[in-house]
Amino acid sequence: MFDWRWDFVWEILPRLIWATGNTLIAALLGYGIAMVLGLVFALAQRTPSRILTMVVRELVEFIRSTPLVLQIFFIFYVGPQFGIRLSPWVSGMAAIGLHYAAYLSEVYRGGIEAVPRGQWEAATALNLSTARTYFRVIIPQALPTALAGMGNYLVGIFKDTPMLSVIGVAELMHTANAIGSESYRFLEPFTLVGVIFLAISLPTAWLIRVFERRVRRSLGMN
Amino acid sequence: MNEDMSKYPLRLEGSDKPMVRFMNVTKSYGDLVVLDSLDLDVAEGEMVTVIGPSGSGKTTVLRMLMTLETINGGVIYVDGEPLTHMEKNGVLVPADAKHMRRMRANIGMCFQHFNLFPHMTAIENCMEAPVHVLGLTRKEARERGLELLALVGLEEKVDEHPARLSGGQQQRVAIARALAMRPKVLLFDEVTSALDPEVIGEVTNVIRKLVSEHNLTMLMVTHQMGFAREISDRICLFYRGQIEEQGTPDELFGNPQRERTQQFLRAVTEAM
Repeated sequence: MFDWRWDFVWEILPRLIWATGNTLIAALLGYGIAMVLGLVFALAQRTPSRILTMVVRELVEFIRSTPLVLQIFFIFYVGPQFGIRLSPWVSGMAAIGLHYAAYLSEVYRGGIEAVPRGQWEAATALNLSTARTYFRVIIPQALPTALAGMGNYLVGIFKDTPMLSVIGVAELMHTANAIGSESYRFLEPFTLVGVIFLAISLPTAWLIRVFERRVRRSLGMN
Repeated sequence: MNEDMSKYPLRLEGSDKPMVRFMNVTKSYGDLVVLDSLDLDVAEGEMVTVIGPSGSGKTTVLRMLMTLETINGGVIYVDGEPLTHMEKNGVLVPADAKHMRRMRANIGMCFQHFNLFPHMTAIENCMEAPVHVLGLTRKEARERGLELLALVGLEEKVDEHPARLSGGQQQRVAIARALAMRPKVLLFDEVTSALDPEVIGEVTNVIRKLVSEHNLTMLMVTHQMGFAREISDRICLFYRGQIEEQGTPDELFGNPQRERTQQFLRAVTEAM
């Protein structure tokens, strides 16, 4: 029954490791997009324009309330009907970046709101510009609060990259599935996928915690 | 509110030009009127202390002057120019952000809870605005900051973060930080209220020094009656959003005319 073949493991490992590279690129690229776009979403909800605030808030709610895999399908398969033809990679990055931007914007918002009102008032009393107030006073203090959530979503985006396999991005899951279809052996490839995910997620989560502590200390907030 | 703005001068000139003038200023939150047609002048170099029961609107006076609160009626002038309004086609209209920003440069404020930037050292707190608002070089701003930190007796703590300073030390950094912007008017909002009794003296000594050695215009809200009496040129007692009585410290403390003043002074002296 339990038929584990080590020789098959060694045979497929190089392909899986190569695919792991794609998974990491997808996760980091997606996260980069999400971090920047998330900040745009968060700050857009704090402008004096009520209309902009409302539109962005509804957009964020909409993205958070629909499944990621649907968003991926939509951009890749429905996009062309509106003349937007994107490759699997670009569609995937757009979908995953947008999806996580919505979540990160909430993390940023929570962090920004946790900064005491007195900090804003001191910045006003010193006549600092709005941009300077955000980037030098508020965001550095929002960061320690936001880091825990940001770390969770980094691991989250990494674990969600297999969804890109549905539109044919050659990441880890897609490759393991292909190996299975070719060889009719699924046990080894899928087990290895699990092990590889675990081997990356666990140390990452640990590193994030170390980084969080360090940021707190460097900002003098211990 | 559609107030007739033509009764307010576009600017104050000549002999009728106090450093600060509140003219018919009203502030309300919904139905709650915090300040009711307030008229108050502060002359250049004058130290005016505002006292009164809590909820009487005294802190609001400072916060409006710092533009942390908008006003619902009237005009505030600083150094002859309207702060809350600006001239447009010969009448006063509510100030835009640019006008407010220019006028705000005249005013500095120290807060009850210090509000230092916790991720910056003492000197960085003092340099941030001079460099990025006034356009000083980092070297100039550092020199100015060091001088002011020495003035408040903290030359040893220049590179410490606020978390490593006592409350009294933090408040003194906050005073240095406000002074670094060279304001014409300095506001103190209950700056000793959050301090342990044994360090209050460090902060009041600094304020005493500012009063005796510098020609700053100051407006202070405090619960320390002894200090107010000793240091102020004039004391205003607020009651329900209006000035109930004002005068020199000796007049107000020694011979209060109004019954509410007598009641308030009796209550605070009994509490001591």
